[in-house]
Amino acid sequence: MANILIVGVGGQGTLLASRVLGNYAVLTGQDCKLSEVHGMSQRGGSVVTHVRVGQNVLSPIVAVGDADIIIAFEKLEALRWRHYLKKGGMIVVNEQEILPMPVITGAMEYPKDIDSKFAAMDTKVLYINAAELARECGNVKVANVIMLGALAKNLGFKYEDIIEAVKMTVPARFLDINLLAIEKGYNVK
Amino acid sequence: MKKILLGNEAIARGAYEAGVKISTAYPGTPSTEITEAIAKYNEIYAEWSPNEKVALEVAIGSSVAGARSIVCMKHVGVNVAADPLFTLAYTGVNGGLVLVVCDDPGMHSSQNEQDSRYYAIANSIPMLEPSDSSEAKEYTKLAFEMSEKYDTPVMLRSTTRVSHSQSFVELEERNEVGVKPYVKDITKYAMMPSMAVGRHKVVESRIKKLAADSNSMEINKITYKSTKIGIICSGVVAKYAEEAMPDASILKLGMVNPLPMEMIKEFASKVEKLYVIEELEPIFETQIKAQGIDCIGKEIFSIQGEFSVALIRNKLLGEEIPIADTSLPVRPPVMCPGCPHRSVFYILKKLKLMVTADIGCYTLGAGEPLNAVDTVVCMGASIGMCHGVDKALGREQAKKTVAVIGDSTFVHSGITGVVDAVYNQGSSTIIILDNSTTGMTGHQPNPATGRTIRDQVTHRLDLEQVVRACGVNSVQTVDAYDMVAVEKAIKEELAKDEVSVIIARKPCVLLTKEVKTPYYIENDKCKKCGMCMKIGCPAIMTTKDKVVSIKADQCVGCGVCLQMCKFDAIKLGGKN
Repeated sequence: MANILIVGVGGQGTLLASRVLGNYAVLTGQDCKLSEVHGMSQRGGSVVTHVRVGQNVLSPIVAVGDADIIIAFEKLEALRWRHYLKKGGMIVVNEQEILPMPVITGAMEYPKDIDSKFAAMDTKVLYINAAELARECGNVKVANVIMLGALAKNLGFKYEDIIEAVKMTVPARFLDINLLAIEKGYNVK
Repeated sequence: MKKILLGNEAIARGAYEAGVKISTAYPGTPSTEITEAIAKYNEIYAEWSPNEKVALEVAIGSSVAGARSIVCMKHVGVNVAADPLFTLAYTGVNGGLVLVVCDDPGMHSSQNEQDSRYYAIANSIPMLEPSDSSEAKEYTKLAFEMSEKYDTPVMLRSTTRVSHSQSFVELEERNEVGVKPYVKDITKYAMMPSMAVGRHKVVESRIKKLAADSNSMEINKITYKSTKIGIICSGVVAKYAEEAMPDASILKLGMVNPLPMEMIKEFASKVEKLYVIEELEPIFETQIKAQGIDCIGKEIFSIQGEFSVALIRNKLLGEEIPIADTSLPVRPPVMCPGCPHRSVFYILKKLKLMVTADIGCYTLGAGEPLNAVDTVVCMGASIGMCHGVDKALGREQAKKTVAVIGDSTFVHSGITGVVDAVYNQGSSTIIILDNSTTGMTGHQPNPATGRTIRDQVTHRLDLEQVVRACGVNSVQTVDAYDMVAVEKAIKEELAKDEVSVIIARKPCVLLTKEVKTPYYIENDKCKKCGMCMKIGCPAIMTTKDKVVSIKADQCVGCGVCLQMCKFDAIKLGGKN
């Protein structure tokens, strides 16, 4: 069973990533459940999508302390959800910082010591400059697919399978750029 | 064919396969996607109704006429629809009628976490509760069969985690059941006292029959494993329980009203320790304990919030739950960059007004730094409450109070409030924030947009004409982005000794496809006064030494910040 948490800020495109993973489960003949956030929580708030792929998935949400991997589209959100990670789990973090309202208004500071907080955990952390890699692909909007590529690699998904899953999910006219993004993300070291 | 579907899409599929002809709803998270998905099936007539009461009444009409009908709403929507619902329980149905209600434990997007199972009990009608998408489809179909078999409306209850989770569903063909003949029968459909007395007897015998039959229904299911621990549960909690306690015996209730009490008694007698695990109210537990059955429920489980696998392991096995880091800055939802509500709320704050607000994106005006909302209660409450403040505190306070309501919410249940304020000689000032959509739930059309659920052009309800017809003589329409105009209008209308309405109009920024040039801040001219920060735009940020910048990738060029700057430091042409 792979327990995956996709976290970020409402509007960052976390839902596309989860849909690709759903199709990955279809392709590989596994069971899958996804749990999303809709409505009020989408308006620039902290969002989380739970994805579970394996045999006979029961709960649609990952239990706290059971996540194999967290992919974080934003650094502070990686920190916020890190208690979901199991011992020895992995965090893939987009280096982007999006300031939350208490920071924008000056009431609080954006945490400075995020890297050292991760370093103190028994966990592997992979930093990705997804925006930069997405720009290299030609559109900053595919940052989510870059992250997905890195996730697939680190969960041991076969490259061909995840490529097929992207083909099943993404409209044909956006396919080329998304395949490029998957490739870049998959090859991040 | 197997497909991965949202719980809500699975309910829609179930309605399609059950041969449903009519679908009505008012949008509300977490129920909205059911009707959006139904609208994609051409075989089903679908509509957004102005509110849940009307939606249910339409469905009752189509059911009496003989068509299978589904009506969907969020939990608080049932409060609005409760009036027809309680009498529908008496009349029963002709074509099957299913009311889908989506509860929101944990209040992801709601103003309360009421438990809709009480409505099924109060109405003496059956309620089914699926635990994933596959069951969501199956139970929807079963609900229609049950509705016609027992001549009763059936409630199908979902919760956020079922509605908004995706899992596999086996798709089947549509069963074209057609329309049943309508036979006039006033003893069944015309609920005057003399008829209703007879129908109440029917309701009571029907629920007794359902209770007896429930003991042999397949959707109520016992799985015996170790008999040391037995768990009674329903819905998504059954999945949590099975995962958390793989060795425990489980009685999963597919029908949550009425309860299969014989089955429960047998289960209780076979297990050493019985837990009743249910989110929200102790509804099973109270009924089970009333039978003299010993069980543990709300002694250890909260009435508030959502449950999880980790929580059940914690309560039953004592396993610790890793704790979230609460020292981090919170990230609450905020108005989007370019939101047309922002400028209006800034003016309300600047004028230090008391603001009775309503349900919609504009509740976000309550957050920092705008902090411009005093009250939020329910759909339409802003207008009645503003009138109440006026009557309680008199004319002087009325000059410092406004009601704020969105276009869709106004049509839902704001109009009667205006009628009341005018009729009873009030002097409220009402601001309709007309962003030409139902924003928070994901941009559904409403009568004031002149578009139907299938995007057909229809009559557009003219809000100005509506309030004038209610007797409001002083009506102004302003551009919501134009802060000078908004402030002038508010001051003028507050000064008047009569009910007045300001329509602050600008389409939701997420709807307008137009790409505008972003702004940037010219550092030489910026005096670091902080005025542009006061509108709480997520595209504007400041460092600790108060150097302000605009994020070009987020700025949509609305120009509201421009109106805040006294030093001409904000310029067009920001770049990433």
